[in-house]
Amino acid sequence: MKETRQITCIRCPMGCLLTVELTDGAVTKVEGNLCRRGEEYAKMECVHPTRMLTTTVRVSNGAPLPVRSREPLPKDAVFHCMEVLKGVVVTAPVAAGSVIVADICGTGVDMIASTSA
Amino acid sequence: MKRENRTIHVSLVVVGGGPAGLAAAIRCREQGIEDLLILERGPRLGGILRQCVHSGFGVHKFNEELTGPEYADRYIDRVRELGIPYRCDTMVTDISADHVVTCVSEEHGLTRIKAGAVILAMGCRERSRGAVRIPGTRPAGVYTAGTAQLFVNLKGYMPGKRVVVLGSGDIGLIMARRMRLEGAEVKAVLELMPYSGGLKRNIVQCLEDFDIPLLLSHTVTEIHGENRLTGVTIARVDENLRPIEETKEFIDCDTLLLSVGLIPENELARAAGVELDPVTGGAVVDEHRETSVGGIFSCGNVLHVHDLVDYVSEEAEIAGESAALYLKGELPRRQTVAARAGNGVRYVVPQRISGGGEELRLFFRPDQVCRGAMISVSSGGELLRVRNRRIVTPGEMESIVLKEEELRRVHGDITIEVGLKS
Repeated sequence: MKETRQITCIRCPMGCLLTVELTDGAVTKVEGNLCRRGEEYAKMECVHPTRMLTTTVRVSNGAPLPVRSREPLPKDAVFHCMEVLKGVVVTAPVAAGSVIVADICGTGVDMIASTSA
Repeated sequence: MKRENRTIHVSLVVVGGGPAGLAAAIRCREQGIEDLLILERGPRLGGILRQCVHSGFGVHKFNEELTGPEYADRYIDRVRELGIPYRCDTMVTDISADHVVTCVSEEHGLTRIKAGAVILAMGCRERSRGAVRIPGTRPAGVYTAGTAQLFVNLKGYMPGKRVVVLGSGDIGLIMARRMRLEGAEVKAVLELMPYSGGLKRNIVQCLEDFDIPLLLSHTVTEIHGENRLTGVTIARVDENLRPIEETKEFIDCDTLLLSVGLIPENELARAAGVELDPVTGGAVVDEHRETSVGGIFSCGNVLHVHDLVDYVSEEAEIAGESAALYLKGELPRRQTVAARAGNGVRYVVPQRISGGGEELRLFFRPDQVCRGAMISVSSGGELLRVRNRRIVTPGEMESIVLKEEELRRVHGDITIEVGLKS
């Protein structure tokens, strides 16, 4: 099945408007990019879009704790992960980098503390 | 309460414990200056980075995508490692031209500090509703984006549920996403100019990802509501940025976030008699980041507003190193020439250069979006350097390096221009 999508390349400030042709979920053509990075971006963004997730979780004995995904996680899991994180309450002390939620929503990515609390 | 009603003596006072102050203090200590003191108004070191829980910091400096707190912690850890003294919850109330810094804190009371040198690293504050003069009532629910960020990220409070953001600078974009992630409905982000002042990455990942509309050439013309905000009237603006009556439209919302610019906090610099640049709102400095008052240096957002903290750190390192040289009596003293903004450029930092040294990076901000841009640097009518760029935008600071042989050809004031590539 063929499909065409338009996305903005974010590899540089130029922001090329890319027209991406997908056949059965695979990128078969990229147009509108001024350089090779646009093509790489289109392939990543259309086939397996990921995002860093950063937010805060509640601390029973202190101010909210900033947390982040250790690495980018699938874009469509973001709101599901937020729901899970809303229910998380930790107790200080927490060391920077410690795992707050392991393998969040089965993404294979851990949520870790951004700083100490 | 301990009263310290006396004058203490240190080599260097750094005013501000945010990214600029931390990096400046670290560099100065690494250059051998032992007795320095960081004064921070807030309860902890780290400045605005503490509330910037999103990632994207440090890509340039550490080749990693860090969150704000992670970026700050790298410097805070180093400050502790080096044993650099600091005082939090301490408000500086005056700086004199002869380096007497007056500060107050609950712990120490009123303290006067006679310093060998001073580094100004106070950062910015946000422009508020008053600064952009939005007509209407004065209900609760109108916040600057940074205040909302503090509520959400540091205090754990949501300022509202149905949000309109005015201003598409990075803080506005980041807060649009933050509010959406926390369950608010973000109705739109409005931008007065025909282009966004934010990074492309943020437009895609903060707005497009969440289908939040970005309305360019739009503004808020009226605020409604008695006790709590009930909505805003928005309108498209014409080429003179005046609202077009027929395009007025009401948007129902309980929260309006303002991301309408930053103002360097230079009241203390002014008190010390430091010359300010009317365009940047920061001090006029030379390449050592020394202000017009000898021994007072400036760096970070109090000098000019940066898009990336990475460049704040680099600038602060220059200031820290220069302050160390100044204290050792080794800061070179040469005649300076002015570095000026020509066509297509809003400002240049540093504003004065001596032309000595091996190479020199000049930072400047384009005054409009220009595709196929040619950046040229000239001095005394002679072209020193030309560089082509695919695109330049006011939202992304540019820089150009002058090499030793180009610096030798500096005879008279330097001008940077941005034009179309011919």
